[in-house]
Amino acid sequence: MKKQKLVVVGNGMAGIRCVEELMKLAPDLYDITVFGAEPYPNYNRILLSPVLAGEMTIQDIILNPLDWYRDNGIKLYMGKRVDIIDRARRRVIASDGTEAEYDRLLLATGSTPFIPPIPGKELPGVISYRDIRDTDEMIATAKSHTHAVVIGGGLLGLEAANGLRQRGMDVTVVHLMPWLMERQLDKTAADLLKSSLEARGLKFLLEKQTEAFIRGESGRVAALRFKDGLEISADLVVVAAGIRPDTALAESAKLYCNRGIVVNDTMQTYDPRVYAVGECVAHRGIAYGLVAPLFEQAKVCANHLANFGIARYQGSVTSTKLKVTGIDLFSAGNFMGGEGTDEIVLHDPSGGVYKKLVLKNDTLVGAVLYGDTADGAWYFQMVKDAQNIHEIRDHLMFGQNSSVGDVGHAGNLSAATMPDSAEVCGCNGVCKGDIVKAIKTHGLFALDDVRKHTKASSSCGSCTGLVEQILASTVGGAYTPAQSKDKAVCGCTEHSHGVVRAAIRDRHLITIPAVMQALDWKTPSGCASCRPALNYYLISSWPGEAKDDPQSRFINERAHANIQKDGTYSVVPRMWGGLTTPAELRSIADVAEKYQVPTLKMTGGARVDLLGIKKEDLPKVWADLGAAGLVSGHAYGKSIRTVKTCVGAEHCRFGTQRSLSMGVKLERMLFGMWSPHKVKLAVSGCPRNCAEAGIKDVGVIGVDSGYELYVAGNGGIKTEVAEFLCKVKSDEEVMEYSGAFLQLYREEGYYLERTCHYVARVGLDRVKAAMVDDALRRKELYERLLFSLQDYEDPWTQAVQQPTLRREYEVIQIKEVAA
Amino acid sequence: MSEWIKVCALDEIAPQGSRVVESSQGRIAIFRTAEDKVFGLHDKCPHKGGPLSQGMVNGDIVTCPLHGWKLGLKDGEAVAPDKGCAKSFAVKLDAGTVWLKLN
Repeated sequence: MKKQKLVVVGNGMAGIRCVEELMKLAPDLYDITVFGAEPYPNYNRILLSPVLAGEMTIQDIILNPLDWYRDNGIKLYMGKRVDIIDRARRRVIASDGTEAEYDRLLLATGSTPFIPPIPGKELPGVISYRDIRDTDEMIATAKSHTHAVVIGGGLLGLEAANGLRQRGMDVTVVHLMPWLMERQLDKTAADLLKSSLEARGLKFLLEKQTEAFIRGESGRVAALRFKDGLEISADLVVVAAGIRPDTALAESAKLYCNRGIVVNDTMQTYDPRVYAVGECVAHRGIAYGLVAPLFEQAKVCANHLANFGIARYQGSVTSTKLKVTGIDLFSAGNFMGGEGTDEIVLHDPSGGVYKKLVLKNDTLVGAVLYGDTADGAWYFQMVKDAQNIHEIRDHLMFGQNSSVGDVGHAGNLSAATMPDSAEVCGCNGVCKGDIVKAIKTHGLFALDDVRKHTKASSSCGSCTGLVEQILASTVGGAYTPAQSKDKAVCGCTEHSHGVVRAAIRDRHLITIPAVMQALDWKTPSGCASCRPALNYYLISSWPGEAKDDPQSRFINERAHANIQKDGTYSVVPRMWGGLTTPAELRSIADVAEKYQVPTLKMTGGARVDLLGIKKEDLPKVWADLGAAGLVSGHAYGKSIRTVKTCVGAEHCRFGTQRSLSMGVKLERMLFGMWSPHKVKLAVSGCPRNCAEAGIKDVGVIGVDSGYELYVAGNGGIKTEVAEFLCKVKSDEEVMEYSGAFLQLYREEGYYLERTCHYVARVGLDRVKAAMVDDALRRKELYERLLFSLQDYEDPWTQAVQQPTLRREYEVIQIKEVAA
Repeated sequence: MSEWIKVCALDEIAPQGSRVVESSQGRIAIFRTAEDKVFGLHDKCPHKGGPLSQGMVNGDIVTCPLHGWKLGLKDGEAVAPDKGCAKSFAVKLDAGTVWLKLN
């Protein structure tokens, strides 16, 4: 099939990001031609400020070197401004006469600096701050001149002022409004900012309106006069008074514009063949000047250019971070508050810290942070997700890590204070400097990309918050927060876990191919992320109907043992409630000797781990263990693991309840239960809690009058203390309530979501309403759990008995012919 | 020139699965894709030596079970941004039988 022609006007961050997204989806659909007015390949405009400040070079901020265009077969015209769009003949014409025909056209013309109509604005030395040329001129002027004036105390103006000061100029910032960055900061934060910038030698003139730029003897600007008559010297004037969408080309082609090229939710203009993204666009009346929204637009637009037709752009909540080294400042959403909102404020003027959170009806709608922005990403996520914060309201101000438990990065909570040599990701040994380098070298903006390139936070994920902070402080406003809510399952689909679960349930889908077909999977057979998730959703939604697909399980669940670093496996037989017998122990000892098991270890779940067993020996080991009655402990599964117990009233002088038998009953009930993630229980016979039930998915604590039930605890990556669910009287009730809670989690949890994350997502109140308050629903949940667990057979016994299953473990011997 | 060596019947490898062959050149993972194409790779991930035969097969890619590296079945090359290569072996399917050629 002949390729279609795509022409992109605008070689900046939005246009090229859209091309990159398109290449991911449909690399062969188009012949692509790109026109760029500037004589450079796509660079990171956000990082012009560090270049100006002398912290980076132009070479550092190139995002797509010329090789990239060549390798992807993209024709690039640099330094060619497109003047005409001939929509009738579907071609564009550049000022030098270069023409290109299109089937589809993408406009990404960006914005132009707004220069107020002040007399003298055309004088040499009066410039705007937009591109590499402006930056070069500022750097050159700083070498030969002294006095600089920056008009505009917004984000860009302050970054320019800081850079010029770093270059040794005497800099005054002139601002029309009563405080700096009034579109991002409230007055308190702005005053703190002003003080710290003054301490660096910047001067400020607020509420001043410029009347004229005055020409000097040399012909270039020499001074500036205000409406009140004051005059100040100025060898260089940088006007940073805002930007305007560059719609000149679109308007000349009679495309409908209204403070930007007007597009719909698919980024299409009024001409269906013409799309537009970036700062030139007006979407639902808003033109965005920050990078994160542009990337969201680019992604949606690419989806439609690739003819997928399923993405919609619905506007963005934006956040701001000032890229002035040493100043930590963050704002997002509605930070000014107003009617119907509450404010939580923490203000320590001497410590240089100010935090304001704006809440409306138990959701966070905006935040300003000054001096300590460590939790900026966390707050921003909540603003974006409109998450209900009712349950964390009392400690919201103290940040994500105010509670105990995050491990793996030496207790560091703030990336800003970490040296480059500090280890951020303790799993993969990645230091802060490695991450910063990767972000700069590869032009990364999103957490997922940082993970792919550095592996930081890609294993246990406990350092995710830190990596996000490093990303945000390195790329500033271009930081693209990971989508936490409604996040796509994986790269194979646009759909979230919630949507996929609902479709499987509501449309009665019972096979993986059926799900992939019904939901338009982008890959023919999925990937290692989505297949296990789908397999779990199917077998948990349709027990008895959907057939388990071993090939869609991770190796541990397929081999019923845990793979180790050297390719051997570990075997953990079940010990119900942590109880064992001499015969079982003897059998384990015999197996260990017979198969020369190198390591025997007690697990945290109170049973014995036989480590270092060859895969081909597994069925033989299981046969021997099975003869003594030992079955799989599922130490390898997203499934029931253990029920830990204390000795309880059976033996202990303090015991109030028979925790051993309670634990055994629970573990027998749950045998064979697959779940979104692993599940651990504990039963303690009294509140001394020797079984550590406070950090389990379900924790049962015996008291004289019955049992207290706790849920959603976690002893792993981040210690989470279990929350009190309810109190019950009998063993039967413990079974019913625990079972109902776990079934609710099994039905509603997303794959790889532990109970603590599930409960944090839906709220404990909702869980209680579903299975504590509603007795009928509780009984139904409990019955569904028991139904799906009936007839479960020990997988080890099956593998021993069935030759077809045993094949998985056998090594093929071949007859090699002597050469 | 080395000869084609008989491995097993195609049916003895699960679709989207693999089997391990012991050979004088070390362990070789023989993969069968969903479309019944067969491939052979040295059973050792270039990253940290993980047994690729134990990985999940999607399309023409296997994901190493240890740290999730993805390798192309055709040539053993790691999928970017990871860099590395597992040695590949010629494997063919003939009338329901899988054959392997050692290098």
